[in-house]
Amino acid sequence: MNYWPLLGVATVVIGFVLRKNPVLVVVIAGLVSGLAAGMSPGDLLAMLGSSFASNRALLLMVLTLPVIGLLEHCGLRERARDWITGFRGLTLSRFLASYLGLRQVLSMLGLTNVAGHAQTVRPLVAPMSEAAAERTVGALDAEQRHRVAAMAAATDNIGLFFGEDVFIALGAVLLIQGFFAQNGIELQPLAIALWALPTAVAAFVIHVLRLRHFQRQLERAARKRAAANGEGAC
Amino acid sequence: MLKIEVIYWLLGAFLAFAAIANLRERRISMAAFWAILACAFLFGDAILAALAAGSRWPAQAMGVGVIGLGVMAARGKLGTSAEDEATLANRRASAQRLGNRLFGPALAIPLVTLVGVLAGPWLRWGETVLIEPRHATLIALGLACVIALLAAMHVTRAPLKTGLGEGRRLLDALGWAALLPMLLATLGSVFATTGVGDAISAIVGALIPIDSRLACLLAFALGMVLFTVIMGNAFAAFPVLMAGVGLPLLVIHHGADPAILGSIGMLTGYCGTLLTPMAANFNIVPAVLLELPDQYGVIRAQWPSALALLAVNFLLMWFLVFR
Repeated sequence: MNYWPLLGVATVVIGFVLRKNPVLVVVIAGLVSGLAAGMSPGDLLAMLGSSFASNRALLLMVLTLPVIGLLEHCGLRERARDWITGFRGLTLSRFLASYLGLRQVLSMLGLTNVAGHAQTVRPLVAPMSEAAAERTVGALDAEQRHRVAAMAAATDNIGLFFGEDVFIALGAVLLIQGFFAQNGIELQPLAIALWALPTAVAAFVIHVLRLRHFQRQLERAARKRAAANGEGAC
Repeated sequence: MLKIEVIYWLLGAFLAFAAIANLRERRISMAAFWAILACAFLFGDAILAALAAGSRWPAQAMGVGVIGLGVMAARGKLGTSAEDEATLANRRASAQRLGNRLFGPALAIPLVTLVGVLAGPWLRWGETVLIEPRHATLIALGLACVIALLAAMHVTRAPLKTGLGEGRRLLDALGWAALLPMLLATLGSVFATTGVGDAISAIVGALIPIDSRLACLLAFALGMVLFTVIMGNAFAAFPVLMAGVGLPLLVIHHGADPAILGSIGMLTGYCGTLLTPMAANFNIVPAVLLELPDQYGVIRAQWPSALALLAVNFLLMWFLVFR
């Protein structure tokens, strides 16, 4: 067993701890790991180039940028904010909880690319979350606004991850089935997918509780600020 | 038949446009960055076809390009973009004027993708399927972007130039973060080829007391999380940990149920995905897209959910797999 390729993993860990540029860290880690495994520079370059080209699909979200850029130029985010402010009884936690549920159900149906950070979070969900928060707790400061936006992105991730495993024809389930089939254990995709349901429910419950806690935090901060302002006026 | 290649060419053309626009503004390293990336899309199919036919130089040239991308990203001149021309007042006025019509094109991206995925298998011209079934979702997403751009131009009465220009502005703002997901997947392939996974499973297998169910399950669950954190991808961690710990120790030695262990084991890995900057497309790209000052802002927002779910997953496995 050749343990030297593990140097590539060490490179990644050290690079991230030192906060070096991730792109450079990843490229160097690949080179280190390949050279440590005894590959010739020619083989290594060919492998690097061909695996890079085979993973093109991951950049597809860039195609959404012209649409999103144009609509934002014409005020999409401002409109999203105004529109959500018109709903009575809507709070940040209710809004994000609905989005979480919707994202989970869509992922369960295999519709993972329907939403995403570029497609929906930046143009719609993040500004709507801010507006929903401002409706109940008043104006947010810069730090709070960033935390609300980050929570919107986190909600999208959790909805996607803990929904997609329930869909039988998607990557994860097929990967699991394929692995066991290679090792002589035949499983039905549905048998694998159904066992992802308990975690999917737990993910929804846990994250919704956290959203409500986050909202209460914002409300407390707003009350404190209001109290401080009140005293200042006297 | 519409193949995924066409969508890649379209994306390559947009990247080439971004490269030329930067070149005209004398932002040379940014221009070179997008130009190299555009090559991966315009010639990607040709590179892979040449490699399969035994000609290695195109893939090697791409490999040199990947190293070049790394060096340029580290030199750091990327990611500083021209400001949005439209001032806040202009955007407000435009939002007032266009109202809810602005939502149409934005929602067209998910809706057309949805229709494309569902209707794809039925779209035929004679005997041929119109959308390559293997990549139906991605092709549908690509088509949706084109249709949504046309709709957006119609609603806002803006020319194509504005759309491409605004898209390029966002692309420049993303900078190297846009590239990271692709590079990390590449690193995953490199690790797999060089035997990193085998080395790790050999170490884990040698370290744990195999007769303890609890120790094996803990090693499996924490190994899934840790390896996912390192690789940025639970799909890369799954075969390694399953082959090293899950299958030989838990399934064969302790009689665990493979369907439950596989399913919840994968979800345990996803908890790791929520924790790591290596999962750039989920954790770093949105931080840049949302203009957060802290590039770990999204991870900070989601780690408590991730750890709670890790505990839930572990308990579920503990009570379910050994029945």
